[in-house]
Amino acid sequence: MSGLNVALIGAPNAGKSSLFNTLSGSHQKVANYPGVTVERRSGLITTESGHTVKLIDLPGIYSLNDRSLDETVSREVITGEHEFETQPDVLVCVINASNIRVHLRLVLELKSLGLPMIVALNMHDLATRDGIEIDTNRLEEELGLPVFTTVAVRTSGISRLVEFLDRDASAYSKPTGAMSDTSTRALQKEAGRITKLVTVKEGGHHKMTRVLDGIALHPVLGPILFFVMLFFMFQAVFSWAEAPMDMVQGTFAIIGEAVATYIPEGIFRSFIQDGLIAGVGSVLVFLPQIIILFSFILLLEASGYMARAAFIMDKLMAKVGLNGRAFIPLLSSFACAIPGIMATRTIANHSDRITTIMIAPLMTCSARLPVYTLMIAAFIPNDPVLGYFGLQGVVFFTLYLAGIVSAIIVAAVMKKTITKGTLQPFLMELPKYQLPRLKHVFLELWQRVRAFLRRAGTIILYAAIALWALTLYPNPPEDATEADIYYSAAGLIGRTLQPVFEPLGFNWEISIALVPGMAAREVAVSALGTVYALQGDEDQVAESLATVMQSAWPLSTALAFLAWFIYAPQCLATLATARRETNSWGWTAFMTGYLFGLAYLIAMIVNLAAKALM
Amino acid sequence: MTKYLSELEIGETGIIAGFDTTRVHDQEFAADLEDRLLEIGFEEGISAELLHVGPIGRDPLAVKVGTMTVALRRMEADAIILGEKE
Repeated sequence: MSGLNVALIGAPNAGKSSLFNTLSGSHQKVANYPGVTVERRSGLITTESGHTVKLIDLPGIYSLNDRSLDETVSREVITGEHEFETQPDVLVCVINASNIRVHLRLVLELKSLGLPMIVALNMHDLATRDGIEIDTNRLEEELGLPVFTTVAVRTSGISRLVEFLDRDASAYSKPTGAMSDTSTRALQKEAGRITKLVTVKEGGHHKMTRVLDGIALHPVLGPILFFVMLFFMFQAVFSWAEAPMDMVQGTFAIIGEAVATYIPEGIFRSFIQDGLIAGVGSVLVFLPQIIILFSFILLLEASGYMARAAFIMDKLMAKVGLNGRAFIPLLSSFACAIPGIMATRTIANHSDRITTIMIAPLMTCSARLPVYTLMIAAFIPNDPVLGYFGLQGVVFFTLYLAGIVSAIIVAAVMKKTITKGTLQPFLMELPKYQLPRLKHVFLELWQRVRAFLRRAGTIILYAAIALWALTLYPNPPEDATEADIYYSAAGLIGRTLQPVFEPLGFNWEISIALVPGMAAREVAVSALGTVYALQGDEDQVAESLATVMQSAWPLSTALAFLAWFIYAPQCLATLATARRETNSWGWTAFMTGYLFGLAYLIAMIVNLAAKALM
Repeated sequence: MTKYLSELEIGETGIIAGFDTTRVHDQEFAADLEDRLLEIGFEEGISAELLHVGPIGRDPLAVKVGTMTVALRRMEADAIILGEKE
């Protein structure tokens, strides 16, 4: 007997993913369908008799009229039109027991495909708690399909389903009595008829959901709750992550030093210490923030609150042509654009998603903070403004605001031009609130973390090694008068580019530092330290760098440098992530081009304006 | 006078009588709207109760349709015709 191919299909909010997680446990794989950024989740179940059943979890659909990339994949797989995925032997159609009227319409539509089908009447426990009672025998009769009640938290119903899947593909019979008229209205009418017949008790509205929505969707309390939640999340990402981030950095510093004592000085030691260990360190240092951020996002998603957050933010986002769902990815980008871009997967519409990805790097990420902090401390006096605020704080705030305002403008312009498309409805079910299942949250968290390490991590590592080589080779001549980096390939690139940066007021030292700064923004700080040949540990370098800069840079240059960092895509990992998530070199080139273009333009304006005013 | 879902007050219930997507300005958007509304669960003869409205411009709306709650923009709710209670 060869392995049975089973696909889980159902409407969004049918509890399909939760059922998938319970069925396959940790035996699952998350990848992309080739050529598209649609997640392919597959798993294996081993039945009692020792057979393996291959299970795939298809993206949720309302009908076979596909409108998004995800829905197209689902339709193509179940109709057998998909290029790579084989058509499943059996469909398990997951329907939510609290909403059978809507979900049965899909069952009836799928029946017309002629594939053997099983219905999983899911979230049966929640429905029962709300007083809903469904006659499953009657439902089986009316549909002509086997029906199993499933509860994602308990395995009783699920084990009966697995038992049923423990047979050869030929043992399943094709459904009979499919409707000939598959128009939405005809299907709806029939679904309504069956619903009336099988519903023994209608039950009430979920009380807890009603009470919680009274707060979460309240016109005043709702936004307050939302912003408190955001503040807490922000706080967590920045302050909770600090200790583990320091630990990661500390650990890698210790490893680096240990290497130094065992490996003789030379090129190999430099590679291990400054290339490899520093490279791995610069990947892992983001991990604490990413874990905290994704934990929040997953918990908010699993509890049902995320849909409410989208509800609160929708009007605001709609003003720039985006959907309420774009808010959380953009917010995440304040920590780091990489998880932000990865989180855009919750936006179903392709052009909305692209627009969100394109503006994500404009959110001030945490890697800009070392640059901002250094420059502000060195050049901006902390004079009181309006008697209460310090000028340094005001400049900091302005930098954040400049990023946000630019993002809004870019999004609005994009939606009117290149990502223009048919307006997308906001239409979305607000699911009942649920206590998140921690096991499932951990499972999905682990999948995200692994994706980050694999996708972004490898790129950051390669980039760090490549830039290490660029700053080291070729070696300086015997009679060198400048720092070693001046003679290296990075130095050469920087010096060659210097005339280009002239209108921005950038000197050759800055031009050189921008090259290794492509690995990550904060690297520009240490690179400047290297260019000015400063010695000592990180803090000492930053301190002496401030002194050097104060005498060597005019204020106009410093301000232009800050403006540059608001826009410049000084982070190869973000560009690599954008390439992965848009699956397009064109969009990646667009992002790189428009960000560098804006950076150049704005920095030039700032430089010239500052010169003219002083 | 015809009443539309977008005209309900919070707590008010109406029975869905039909759809009129010509009321939506963007005709390209309107073309697929009726199907989408039907698919998510709006259906003639079913009651709809306005539960909540968004904080800015009383938009979007949260509407109880049958046993579930659906969020939609005011503009979309404008295309849903309500009738008298049977």
